[in-house]
Amino acid sequence: MVVKAVEEEKVLVQGNEAIGWGAIAADCLHFYGYPITPQNEVIEWFARELPERGGRFIQGESEMAVMNMLVGAAMTGTRVMTSTSSVGFDLMQESLSHSAGAQLPCVIVNVQRGGPGGGSTQHSQMDYLQVTRGGGNGGYKNVVLAPTSAQETFELMQLAFYLADKWRNPTIILTDAIVGQTAEILERKVLDFGPLPDKDWALRGKAQQKEGKRNISFCGPMRKTFVITDLLSSTWLLAVKELGEKWEQMEKTEVRYETYKTEDAQLIVVAFGYVARVSRKAVDMARSEGIKVGLLRPITLWPFPYDIIREKAREGCKFLVAEDNLGQMLWDVRYAVEGRSDVGFVGILDRHNTSPGGMILPGRVLEETKKMLGV
Amino acid sequence: MEKEKVYGRPKLMPISIAHCPGCTHGLVEKILAEVIDEMGIGGDFIGIGGVGCGMGTFVVMDIDAIGAPHGPALALGTGIKHALFEKPIIVTAQGDGDCAAIGMGYLINTAVRAERLTCLMVNNGNYGTTGGQMAPTTLIGQVTTTSPKGRDPKRFGYPVHVPEILANIKGVAYCARTVLNSPANYTRTKKYVKTAIQKQIDDVGFSFVEILAVCPPDWHMKPIEALEFLEEKTMAEFPLGEFKNVDHID
Repeated sequence: MVVKAVEEEKVLVQGNEAIGWGAIAADCLHFYGYPITPQNEVIEWFARELPERGGRFIQGESEMAVMNMLVGAAMTGTRVMTSTSSVGFDLMQESLSHSAGAQLPCVIVNVQRGGPGGGSTQHSQMDYLQVTRGGGNGGYKNVVLAPTSAQETFELMQLAFYLADKWRNPTIILTDAIVGQTAEILERKVLDFGPLPDKDWALRGKAQQKEGKRNISFCGPMRKTFVITDLLSSTWLLAVKELGEKWEQMEKTEVRYETYKTEDAQLIVVAFGYVARVSRKAVDMARSEGIKVGLLRPITLWPFPYDIIREKAREGCKFLVAEDNLGQMLWDVRYAVEGRSDVGFVGILDRHNTSPGGMILPGRVLEETKKMLGV
Repeated sequence: MEKEKVYGRPKLMPISIAHCPGCTHGLVEKILAEVIDEMGIGGDFIGIGGVGCGMGTFVVMDIDAIGAPHGPALALGTGIKHALFEKPIIVTAQGDGDCAAIGMGYLINTAVRAERLTCLMVNNGNYGTTGGQMAPTTLIGQVTTTSPKGRDPKRFGYPVHVPEILANIKGVAYCARTVLNSPANYTRTKKYVKTAIQKQIDDVGFSFVEILAVCPPDWHMKPIEALEFLEEKTMAEFPLGEFKNVDHID
């Protein structure tokens, strides 16, 4: 990855607006969306900024329609994205599964709100399992990127489009109302991740193809190189196999995480999104008291950084999972630890108050680390 | 004696998909292949088949073809049309279940947005692919697997008249209903389909053609009986003709 260009002027933006700047930096000129709190700044940003840049903003009649518009645009090989929140993300699952099966690259942002159902319009991290396990049918996989700041949102947006094209697979950005609505300084660096393969599979009308070759796309598992006999269902399992091998390859190569003061840590807090920033503060507070605590922040929630956690667990390190839900990433950490070490939990019931605006605060994370270490 | 070929598969149709005996889907495919060829638009054409017996409509033709999920063929079409900045000509071929039940929301909203797309709805009065269940278009009293005593309007309402609904939407440039029961109506259907696609090319608005069709196996009729039912019952419920045809929307 190299920095290709930097817009001179730094800007003060919300995390939600950084989504827009990141898409522009990735040359995405197509955004289709539907209003839902707490991501309305995103669709408003695109409605305002895209037409001026020669792009297209469409407001669909529902998240189902929007996701199907994405499927159509992705079939043409055009970089395209949408943004939604939790219940809106639910409505996209059928076509998200379709785009994974038919190998269609696109980017979906989920600015999480509370659940289940309508839940609350404010922050939460209650969609972890849904986004990492494939919310639609068929057991598909997609990379999930979890930024903690406006700057990281901007950079991961660019990475999301690159990974979508690299793997011909949808990529999900998972943020929350706090990351999305916190205003921060943004430095607009355009990132270059390297070359990508030609999209000779894209449907643009036969006249646009090399040698007038036709292309076909179907709402089921599709092999990268489609041949007409694939319509006979005898090759169905070959497509499933190809997809399975691709997802296995993604799982091996796309793990990303950040560690903070973990080298000598006796306990590592595992957290993502806004809770990772809260937890970083808790780590600093612990360190100032001489307690050896570190932070492991998965940047990709899928694929999950199992190996580093397993390695540290074997060294005897304890873990504290901090996430704003009833315990979801907790399962992944327990799986990695294999029962070799203690795994504690700070969750949504540890918020500082019971309203939708309640938060997990650093003091609560610190308290739990002390309890686990007996100090 | 030299033989002259007077009838055959359109040149845009290198392959064919087998349909049930007496089914009219093959004719829909043939009409589309002829129209695309005659209008010379195959190079910029993208065809979308909806889930159901129309799924393979465009696959048999030598053009870019899509099989959509169940219902949202027009939402896919919207995405494609905008992604390629209006360059392609896009037609969806959908059944009455795909278009007027699960797809009704997409259909109405695509028309409201005046998308430059064309939708063909083949209405055979039931869900053919899944074995003949009741559709929104099923006639009053018509027996299907989910209306075993005949469609009761008190419980299941009345057959939906789609082009009549669309005629009231401003973004619609053209909507019509035709039938495939005779050579004359084959010609009429071809004319309607051509007009509908021309509205898209002329950037007027959304266009829609309903094609009344038979489903002999799921109606449990011989092909000839199905045609008689179509002419006596289906055509009595659904009048033919153009319900809206404008060259400009203010």
